[in-house]
Amino acid sequence: MENIVIIGNGIAGISAARHIRKLSDKRIVIVSAETDYFFSRTALMYVYMGHMKFEHIQPYENWFWEKNRIDLVRGYVNKVDTENKQLLLDGSRALHYDKLIIATGSKPNKFGWPGQDLHGVQGLYSKQDLDMLEINAPNKEVCKRAVIVGGGLIGIELAEMLRSREIPVTFLVREDSFWNGVLPNGESQLINEHILEHHIDLRLGTNLKEIVADAHGRVKSIIIQETGEEIPCDMVGLTAGVTPNVGFLQDSGIELGRGIKVNRFLETNVKDVYAIGDCAEQHEPIGNRRPIEAVWYTGRMMGETVAQTICGNKLEYKPGHWFNSAKFLDIEYQTYGWVFSERGKKEEEQHFHWRHATEKLCITMAYHKDSNLFLGINTFGIRMRHEIFDRWLTEGRSADYVMEHLADANFDPEFFKHHEKAIISAYNKEMGKSLKPKKKSLKRIFQLT
Amino acid sequence: MALTGQPPKEINLNQKLASITGMLGLTVLLLASFGVNFQNKGLWLTVSLGMITAGILWFSYEQYKGKSAGIKNDGVWFKSLTNLGFWGWIAGLSITTFYFILYFFPKYLGLVEGGDNKGVIALFDPLSKALSGNPASQWFVYGALYTIAILAFGIKFMWKYRHNRYERLRTMSVMFFQTAFAFIIPELMARLNGTSVLNGGSLPYYDLKNIWPLNYYNFEGYRIKGFLSSGDIGFAMLIFGIVSIFVITPFLTYKYGKRWYCSWVCGCGGLAETAGDSFRQLSDKTVKAWNVERWIIHSVIVFVTLMTTAVIYSYLGNDSSKYWLTKSTFLIGVAALLTAVFAWVMLFKRDQLKKDAQYGAIGYFVIIISLILIHFYSGEGNVFLFKSGALRKNYSFLIGSIFSGVIGTGFYPIFGNRAWCRFGCPMAGIMGFQQRLFSKFRITTNGGQCISCGNCSTYCEMGIDVRAYAQKGENIVRSSCVGCGICSAVCPRGVLKLENGPLEGRIDSNQVLLGNDVDLMNLVNQK
Repeated sequence: MENIVIIGNGIAGISAARHIRKLSDKRIVIVSAETDYFFSRTALMYVYMGHMKFEHIQPYENWFWEKNRIDLVRGYVNKVDTENKQLLLDGSRALHYDKLIIATGSKPNKFGWPGQDLHGVQGLYSKQDLDMLEINAPNKEVCKRAVIVGGGLIGIELAEMLRSREIPVTFLVREDSFWNGVLPNGESQLINEHILEHHIDLRLGTNLKEIVADAHGRVKSIIIQETGEEIPCDMVGLTAGVTPNVGFLQDSGIELGRGIKVNRFLETNVKDVYAIGDCAEQHEPIGNRRPIEAVWYTGRMMGETVAQTICGNKLEYKPGHWFNSAKFLDIEYQTYGWVFSERGKKEEEQHFHWRHATEKLCITMAYHKDSNLFLGINTFGIRMRHEIFDRWLTEGRSADYVMEHLADANFDPEFFKHHEKAIISAYNKEMGKSLKPKKKSLKRIFQLT
Repeated sequence: MALTGQPPKEINLNQKLASITGMLGLTVLLLASFGVNFQNKGLWLTVSLGMITAGILWFSYEQYKGKSAGIKNDGVWFKSLTNLGFWGWIAGLSITTFYFILYFFPKYLGLVEGGDNKGVIALFDPLSKALSGNPASQWFVYGALYTIAILAFGIKFMWKYRHNRYERLRTMSVMFFQTAFAFIIPELMARLNGTSVLNGGSLPYYDLKNIWPLNYYNFEGYRIKGFLSSGDIGFAMLIFGIVSIFVITPFLTYKYGKRWYCSWVCGCGGLAETAGDSFRQLSDKTVKAWNVERWIIHSVIVFVTLMTTAVIYSYLGNDSSKYWLTKSTFLIGVAALLTAVFAWVMLFKRDQLKKDAQYGAIGYFVIIISLILIHFYSGEGNVFLFKSGALRKNYSFLIGSIFSGVIGTGFYPIFGNRAWCRFGCPMAGIMGFQQRLFSKFRITTNGGQCISCGNCSTYCEMGIDVRAYAQKGENIVRSSCVGCGICSAVCPRGVLKLENGPLEGRIDSNQVLLGNDVDLMNLVNQK
């Protein structure tokens, strides 16, 4: 029987294992140094905040793995010996494979800041990071102030976590507005305001110069590059992005860039070795996507795709329309299609932005300035129906069509206030048009004939 | 562990004061139960209930003031009241004790048969007299406290979910139905007893929204006599009781799912959603618990059907010239109705039932029909093999008191707030059949947006593993779902939406993980 070994029990590796099991009887072994069982990495924050216990963020009950004949091995892979098709575990144990899937995810970026390895300095990615946070910042008495370096998704999540225990937080963001390399200005501004509402000391356009140690090698304070200001703190969170976790592959003969180089079949340069999820790097970016996609959903899709290939149905990784979501403190964010920030967008991409007068709600729609073709939408505080936007993108609908039918796409809970009228009237005003909003139609939504 | 400190779990000073205020209000009731004779009963009752209400509202204000609108689950699993810790067990034991005394030893609350009330029941006499003109009973005391709990904790709940209009509206709805239908209207109706409006008859206490089989005693002999003796109004109420089973409930459940009742109208649901909200995360989500649930709740349905049939049978006559509905006609009618429902499910909905559900349905059907057959071949006297009185008594004790009260509510802090609704309520069970097989209601999963975080499953009071469906892109169509909407509220990625839509494609077991190209999804969906 063929022996499939998967390194990493995150969403990519687990999706691969589940689908290989669905399709075949092959022996499946998953190796992880992090935890015994699969858990939802994106939910780690809720454990610290007390919304859930760690066991709740494990999507499958513990009997699931044995029942599905998926062997779980706890261990750290030191070396991959591609010549002999073997893994070296914890320096001694050897594990043979016929086919190897590498799904080792990422690790937090460190940019060589002085003091970045002190006690009390940490990232937020793994279960170990969560355990570390319980030691570094269990409450506001032990941690009188925390400083977070890096204004992205993990940074704002860490800020929310610490605030849930009323720990004062200073949030250093390199950009002049939160996450504005990704978000258009109007949205970025909305989040800036919301961060302040949560009593987070937001410092925009601010870089870290160094982290200062006390006599015991613990963090004592940080110094800001621009002003030289020293901020006393007991914990520093480094959340300036992540980088593929591929250090153990240095001498394996597997081609590496920033991540593990793969082709569209998720194959590496070495036969029978595949890479999926955060750690995989496409030779050529697919469409507007980045060559490395550190996103939950893409990890899952790659896992499903590689399972097909391994089970004899060789398949290209062909992700459909881009989508993503996040939550910034109390504000939910969803995106469908492509909406680039002012910094990243091409000349033909134009934006229509609407923001509610008083509540923290806004949308940004991107469209082609000549053809009016709908390119994508970002929504804040309004939920949208994935299926509808996916359909509209496939059908190549115009921005006007999307505006007229926006009620079909709304996914807010029942009885929520609707804003389609306000949005379309703002659109009409800006474009000099006179579109009328269409009523929500179950017939259109569910494609009934 | 003390070396590194603990997460904050203390309540603040004002919350402690608020708790003390509420406790002082309760102490007045407790002192009354222990025989302290308050002179001005109306005043002391007002003071007591006022302090309880004020305590709850003050506590809530302190908890949510100054916080921006959004999900408020910080620290839920750090607090011993809500994480099965010491205070959780203390609260569970206290409520359980209260229920034991209420159901089985009301004399300790001051109930005096055929004399003036004493104790805490006497304290409620002024309120009861103001409403119905009669002295209070233990049930009046219970009803009043129940209503106050739903109102005060209802306000807390609306505060907590102030960003969510679905939650606010349905909470206003349960607060209204409890206060008006369960508490005030039946008391006022009692004033009509013996008057010419009812032709001198006397109506049984009737909470109109309390439908059989939750209201398992509605068709007992003394109630039927009461209804029939009370003129047109009494007759109309009896008809309403029957219509609500066979017409209103199926129609509304078809249109909206069983949530129209369980989360918008029902008193048990109302208490669970308000006073019990802090304990929703304690429900058991394992597959094992789900298996136990199905066996218990369906057994209760069989039990209540048998019991009700037996009770009605026992007071019907044999002579069709006196009254058209005789013992035999009735039994044949019950058999015909059950057979019709069973045949319909097996013919048209068979493929939607899993194997074990099919076996279960066949099993139960065979039991009931064979009991009816046994009856016809075993002569007069008993009903089936049992005495109808004994069946009724056992049901009332086991299900009506122990299950719904002592375990269902008393164990909120242990089993979660919907243990009764999930494992025991036959009304929820019957509507559940319909919700699963014939309703427009579903929880739609939003394509591929699920990140498997587990908030939905954790905060599902019915113990449904919502995530198991959401992460596969499947809609959630489960008979037990009461449509509280909390899974949708706590979802950080906007994945879940409760909605009523077309029957076609409702139970969508395809893994429509949008984002992948279509060829791959076709392959994944091939079994």
